[in-house]
Amino acid sequence: MRRHWPVLALGTALLIGLALPLATGAAPVGFYVEVLLGGLMTGVLYSLVALGFALIFKASGVFNFAQGAMVLFAALAVARIAEHVPLWAAILLGMVIMTALAWVIERLVLRPLVNQEGVALLMATLGVTYFLDGFGQTVWGSDIYKIELGIAKEPVMILPDVFQGGILVNKEDFVAAMVAALLVGGLVLFFQKTATGRALRAVADDHQAAQSIGIPLNRIWVIVWAVAGFVALVAGVIWGSQLGVQFSLAQVALKALPVVILGGFTSIAGAIVGGLIIGVGEKMAEVFLGPVLVKAFDLAGGGIENWFAYVLALLFLLVRPEGLFGEKHIDRV
Amino acid sequence: MQGAAGTRAGAPPLDEGARRVGEVILAVEGVSLSFGGVKALTNVSFDVREHEVRAIIGPNGAGKSSMLNVINGVYHPQEGKIRYLGREFRDMDSHEVAQSGIARTFQSLALFKGMTVLDNIMAGRNLKMRTNLLLQALRIGPALREELEHREAVERIIDFLEIQAYRKVPVGRLPYGLQKRVDLARALAMEPRMLLLDEPMAGMNMEEKQDMCRFILDVNDQFGTTIVLIEHDMGVVMDISDRVVVLDYGKKIGDGTPDEVRANKAVIDAYLGVSH
Repeated sequence: MRRHWPVLALGTALLIGLALPLATGAAPVGFYVEVLLGGLMTGVLYSLVALGFALIFKASGVFNFAQGAMVLFAALAVARIAEHVPLWAAILLGMVIMTALAWVIERLVLRPLVNQEGVALLMATLGVTYFLDGFGQTVWGSDIYKIELGIAKEPVMILPDVFQGGILVNKEDFVAAMVAALLVGGLVLFFQKTATGRALRAVADDHQAAQSIGIPLNRIWVIVWAVAGFVALVAGVIWGSQLGVQFSLAQVALKALPVVILGGFTSIAGAIVGGLIIGVGEKMAEVFLGPVLVKAFDLAGGGIENWFAYVLALLFLLVRPEGLFGEKHIDRV
Repeated sequence: MQGAAGTRAGAPPLDEGARRVGEVILAVEGVSLSFGGVKALTNVSFDVREHEVRAIIGPNGAGKSSMLNVINGVYHPQEGKIRYLGREFRDMDSHEVAQSGIARTFQSLALFKGMTVLDNIMAGRNLKMRTNLLLQALRIGPALREELEHREAVERIIDFLEIQAYRKVPVGRLPYGLQKRVDLARALAMEPRMLLLDEPMAGMNMEEKQDMCRFILDVNDQFGTTIVLIEHDMGVVMDISDRVVVLDYGKKIGDGTPDEVRANKAVIDAYLGVSH
């Protein structure tokens, strides 16, 4: 029998933590909703990058450590190209570059290593990570670059009648979150409803069987890596416009790691839900748990946002290693 | 094993009017395959005629699966040739073999376990899908029509193999015998000219075996599909095959009608063991 109580306990603890600020009246409702929304909007971006991870892991069984580097590389490309051409053209060119990159990675890294141990492939993607980090700087430069989306950055007040003081929402954040949500929706549609999506799922399930019904593995891998590159590009452009295009983007993108652990490596739904949980969780922890810790233990406070996601992922690993939606593996011994 | 096709074994295997056995469509010529120092196949030759049921049998480790994998493009033999429909292929990959009209099933099931029965079989139609992605995603115009056409074809196969009740069930949850049937359904969805079956009866009970025999013969009869099957269970094979190749230790030791093979001294020795 499976033991459910650790999972239930963790879930309940999270829900209580989520409800506590409201229940104790520590935060006005308007402010609480504002934090919640902020968390969801960051969360959608995490979901997006996590989708990139999940896609590649599903289709090729490769844990792609280079996803973060791809985000940085794509953002750098778009930022520098946009200095010469309009932004939309730069994004289009960026997509071409990411597709070319996917093709090169398939040719030079994946194909020679097919059927090798997972560890070998992981090391290969580590190599790709450092190569992309360095190569990106060689080609595009190592300063901090800007991407201007042309959307006002001032916060807008919404629903002033419902909540006291209204809710402050950054318009750019909002648009970004919408774009990310649309993209996530589009990818789900692509996976579930198209023949290519079915082929991708088939490859993810069983390489050999997929080949036997005429699905060309190599082409599927290029498609998957290109899609992951495309996802990285969108995330890179959005984050780049908010934080500036710089080296730390690659680190931010690695936040998708705890997301996939929490959601399950092979699950698209897991990547989406996991992203939202982590996004909301860390914002809530930063805003509401931080001050409590400061008061109770006389700490300096702050910085919770940086580690919360990883601790949460660790807890999930302990109670449910396959993640929320992941497949359970029962191996014969 | 009696039942399903007990009457077929004694009948003349070739030139049987109703079953229009035709020209040679697949010829294996002097194929040798080794893995490092281990010889899996040594100089094996045989042919397959259109519309026939051709079996490859042999004791464990005889090289049956290796042979099938060579035909299927999973392994590339070091020596010898394979001619399919007059075309020679030696370095064809699995998906290219599939594109040329050869489908297969697997001994240790290789289904898409997370996907439903329907999706598994629909995946078998992959090669026949033509409309573009965007239309498919939105389910409009030609894409919808195409999807419906493929659904119809798939429904016919589902009816044929009597798995109507399991359409929406993820394959991983089905019992073994039914999974084997889904495996066959997915291969049939490709509308193959030739079907390779890797131990279709393995691990089945008597009733399931009889069902599977019936399905194989029906496929052969109704669609005229050429069938190459590997089997361990000699009784089953003798009942449903037109001609049989016998392998032992990677070498061909017998080839002919079931009756000829049954009378072959080398075959009897290989199966029953012989004291030297």
